[in-house]
Amino acid sequence: MKRFVYELSESWKIAVAQMRSNMTRSTLTALGVIIGIVAVTLMGTAIGGIQVGFDKSMAIFGDDVLYVGQWPWKNVDDWWNYRDRRKIKTEYAEGLNRMIAMTPNSNLTIAIPTSSVYRGIKYTDSEVNNVLVRGTVSDYLITSTFDFKEGRFFNDLESRDGANVCVIGYDVADALFPSAGPIDKSVLINGQPFKVIGVISRQGSFLGLFSLDSIVVMPLPAFQKYFTAKSEAEILVKVKDKTKLADAKDELTGLMRRVRGLPSEKKDDFSINEQQALKSTLDPIKNSIAIAGLFITGLSLFVGAIGIMNITFVSVKERTKEIGTRKALGARRRTILLQFLIESTALCLLGGFIGLSFAYLMCFGIGKAFPSFPIRFSFGLVLASMIVSVMTGLISGFAPAWTASRLDPVTALRYE
Amino acid sequence: MNKLNPDVTRPRGPVVIDIENITKDYVMGEEIVHALRGVSLQIHSNEYIAIMGPSGSGKSTLMNMLGCLDTPSSGHYEFNGRDVSAMNDDELAAIRNREIGFVFQTFNLLPRANSLRNVELPLIYAGIDPETREERAAHVLRDVGLGDRVHHKPNELSGGQRQRVAIARALVNNPSIILADEPTGNLDSKTGEEIMALFENLYQRGHTIILVTHEADIARHARRTVHLRDGLIESDDLAGFRELEALALT
Repeated sequence: MKRFVYELSESWKIAVAQMRSNMTRSTLTALGVIIGIVAVTLMGTAIGGIQVGFDKSMAIFGDDVLYVGQWPWKNVDDWWNYRDRRKIKTEYAEGLNRMIAMTPNSNLTIAIPTSSVYRGIKYTDSEVNNVLVRGTVSDYLITSTFDFKEGRFFNDLESRDGANVCVIGYDVADALFPSAGPIDKSVLINGQPFKVIGVISRQGSFLGLFSLDSIVVMPLPAFQKYFTAKSEAEILVKVKDKTKLADAKDELTGLMRRVRGLPSEKKDDFSINEQQALKSTLDPIKNSIAIAGLFITGLSLFVGAIGIMNITFVSVKERTKEIGTRKALGARRRTILLQFLIESTALCLLGGFIGLSFAYLMCFGIGKAFPSFPIRFSFGLVLASMIVSVMTGLISGFAPAWTASRLDPVTALRYE
Repeated sequence: MNKLNPDVTRPRGPVVIDIENITKDYVMGEEIVHALRGVSLQIHSNEYIAIMGPSGSGKSTLMNMLGCLDTPSSGHYEFNGRDVSAMNDDELAAIRNREIGFVFQTFNLLPRANSLRNVELPLIYAGIDPETREERAAHVLRDVGLGDRVHHKPNELSGGQRQRVAIARALVNNPSIILADEPTGNLDSKTGEEIMALFENLYQRGHTIILVTHEADIARHARRTVHLRDGLIESDDLAGFRELEALALT
């Protein structure tokens, strides 16, 4: 054991001396690993960023909310079966709430009606198109979590009376009110004036596909007065205990069938959606992006590893006589194997370290220049890339080191 | 000529090397080369023996056998009573490390390591701790007259000094034998004589020295000479030495 430690420290010394005396060669070889590590690390940060964005997007739906709608949240091949379903109506919420109240030990808390449509919004000369206009009730805040940049959500009274008030998303506020505060200003939606009473803080985008800040929320009666055409309703149902999501789903299905008056022989003509289902649809896509990305960038690391292997072979060849001498002096096979493995590993670690520093600087730069770009530098990544470096060194150095350790001392000593 | 005063009557120590009828065959392309055809040899502790022979005589092959760098094709080899002929690579490495001190014609020092580090090398493989290593290496370096060259690298040393470092390295693990392969081959004759004087000194201090050479001038320093020819021992006695002595006296 002691001998192993001494041999190990000796091997490190040799490796460092070897790198110093072959500066150019070592640098060039390490460059391959540097590029590989930079590529893999940046890919890793990007994947980390995607993951964070994904989780953030998912969190918006809440893990304790069920969404009753006409369409399921997944790709369906038999879309015609869904197209002809009866529309979901906002009135269902009242019926559901009544039944929930009557059911002892119900797994459900409350049903919130929502109805949405896309419209343009105007304020004086500015206009924003394609804004999600949503009508709902004041209890909406129970199922949807967001903070207010300024102002407030509409209250129970405004909600029931259908006052012409609205809460606008960050992007809408930004576009219509670049300088002045939007609170108490009147915006025009479909030609109807609505008073802005609150601005939601920035929510970001859903998977970078569409902005969650391009939204206007208003009391349901007001919505129904002006926007019923082409609107789509969805009932949000809050679950009491999110560990019993399946039970809650079953219960809600039963309630919905009663609300819809479905005879027992008919299939459900509505879909109950949840965050988890969406996640399991999107997860494979996300994962295959990550795997493909890592594989492609991993190729550059592989090229770097070949460089290491090559240079270690050269090093073994050059130092055949030295290997012979060491063997004559009592170096065992393992000692020689270890020595060259450590040399290749040291080279890879050096490359990995430099590469990581580069990657860190690049991440830092990108993060400064494009704050919204999904990039994430973590300690786990540092650890992972160091492990990858060491593994690269060990794997690429193994064949040459093995060759060296198997050299016949007589032949090696005679080598010129 | 004090060096030519042989102590041939001095009692010899226990047997260190006992070779019995060993052969070594090499396959060279199509044909088999019989480098050794049955050599038997006993070497005692504190002997000073020269192995001579023209190239192709099997001299180098015998040296590789004696140095445990290679194993015989057939025959028996005992080193200090241990059967070497059946050992595997790592066991042989351990024998080489502890029992044999190699001195090469081309010195074979590690170019980037200083004298001390070069001499320490066998101790590292023996698993000696750093302090003891340094102490012992510095001690043998002083012994061979290089106390002031401890931190010099090989390229800062003369040929003779390099060979002294190599000899110090051979001595540092207190081996049973010192195996020198043409130790003066790369040195001028004056430096060569200095190195031979160092060997004589080591011999006087009780070391066992095996000298492999083709130069009679060098071999005459030994107390016993073995001549090889065509893979066989042609002569092995002290007479060879006496002949040389007679030659030198005339």
